[in-house]
Amino acid sequence: MKKFGFKKLGLFLGIAASLALVLSGCGSSSKSSSSASSTKSTSQSTVQQIKKRGTIRIAVFGDLPPYGWVNKQGQRVGYDLTLARQIAKDLKVKPKFVQVNANNRVDALNSNKVDLVLANFTVTPERKQVVDFASPYMKVSVGVVSPKSQPITKASQLQGKNLIVTKGTTAENYFTSKQPNVKLLKFDSKTQQFNALKNNRGVALADDNSYLYAWVKDQPKYTVGIKSIGPKQYIAPAVKKGNKSLLNWTNKEVTSLNNKGFFDKDYNSQLKPYFGKEVKPSDIVIK
Amino acid sequence: MAHSGINVLFEGRNLIRLFGGLWTTVEIAAVALVLGLILGVVLGVLRTFPSRLLRFVLRLYLEFFRIIPTVVLLFLFYYILPKQMGVNLPANQVATLVFALWTAAEMSDIVRGALISVPKHQRESGMAIGLSRWQLYRYVLIPQAVSLELPATINLVTRVIKTTSLLMLISVMDVINVGQQVVEANNQKYPTGVFWVYGIIFVMYFVIDYPLSWWAKRMDKKRLERANG
Repeated sequence: MKKFGFKKLGLFLGIAASLALVLSGCGSSSKSSSSASSTKSTSQSTVQQIKKRGTIRIAVFGDLPPYGWVNKQGQRVGYDLTLARQIAKDLKVKPKFVQVNANNRVDALNSNKVDLVLANFTVTPERKQVVDFASPYMKVSVGVVSPKSQPITKASQLQGKNLIVTKGTTAENYFTSKQPNVKLLKFDSKTQQFNALKNNRGVALADDNSYLYAWVKDQPKYTVGIKSIGPKQYIAPAVKKGNKSLLNWTNKEVTSLNNKGFFDKDYNSQLKPYFGKEVKPSDIVIK
Repeated sequence: MAHSGINVLFEGRNLIRLFGGLWTTVEIAAVALVLGLILGVVLGVLRTFPSRLLRFVLRLYLEFFRIIPTVVLLFLFYYILPKQMGVNLPANQVATLVFALWTAAEMSDIVRGALISVPKHQRESGMAIGLSRWQLYRYVLIPQAVSLELPATINLVTRVIKTTSLLMLISVMDVINVGQQVVEANNQKYPTGVFWVYGIIFVMYFVIDYPLSWWAKRMDKKRLERANG
């Protein structure tokens, strides 16, 4: 009798374990093929469903001051966070923040962990294929910083001279493909490139302009002589591919916030202390 | 320079937040270990049963969790399963589940190993006096296996606690994740803060793990003393 019960229990557990195995196996094997098709009706978060739920889940950065970070009081703050709270307020729901890092922003949306991404998400053609971007709320582009004593204000001043860049940045990409007459000195990290500029290894340094603004704030001898060169890149909220309802709502929201001057206020409270006086809100905020 | 760096820990609520992160870590590890160890003992006992099918299935389960890196398991359960099957658990629960299943798999092998290394005459004597299978395990095999498996189990526990540092990858606000927030938020003001933040995280993990591994060593020594007179 006892023996029989034991066997039955064993069989049951065995079946349960194998079922779990098979199911998880399915998940991994069909991973590659299924990214395009969204089959679940529950995986959509329409504006109505968000309102009904009472919370909107927003993916944000936790370690990128001044866009999305956590201050010493333990509060999430930054340019993106101010926008996120405003969006939740206008939806009349509570925001719930999910901290992501750069390479799981897309997955967080696709696996329905969040409704909206507000994590300094730059619009690129590749990303457009997997998520839907709403109207942008910020722009960045390549800038060039140089000593105040010998400022570089035009790209023509760089011809035949050494320009310092970091490998893999948009700055390197732009100058390699569009300004082949500029000699590039390439470095591996931000610290190295700024040290190289201080040691006069090149006449100027090119990088994303927002980094440069923050850097020159503590370096009174340097100035961002060229604030923007090459194509502009846009930072926009992103929703899950096909979530028309939230996409349309977010587009309207960005337009209406823009009309109210919300982004100027956001800039002044969150970014200005980092970027200093040299930068105007219109260099970052989209009009 | 070094003096100013340590102050990063005492700014605002930084230290309290780090301990909060540590609590999340400990909580997930503790729940996962309790569930995993219980399930692991059951599975381990089942793996010593004669049924071939049962042994094969459990062996598969063990290998699945032992071979696949924990990071991959976490991604699988957090990002991929929800997409495929609509099961959507919060990050902390996913973490607990994955760690419990992983602990159970490893534990089942420890228990199996301990059970089969109980001397054969013990099992045979038990059967000779007419014990049922249940009684055999309850009174003869398991009590003797416990002391054999304890050091390996504690070793497993310390490994699980250490591995929780991967949880930041699935958005769990564990101690490492909070540490990075603190480092990045204070990079301008305290360039050497990173050393102190990771330093205190090192101390935290050490304080939790070292007593466990010390205990494991002591148990093993005692067992050998007992066994060899």
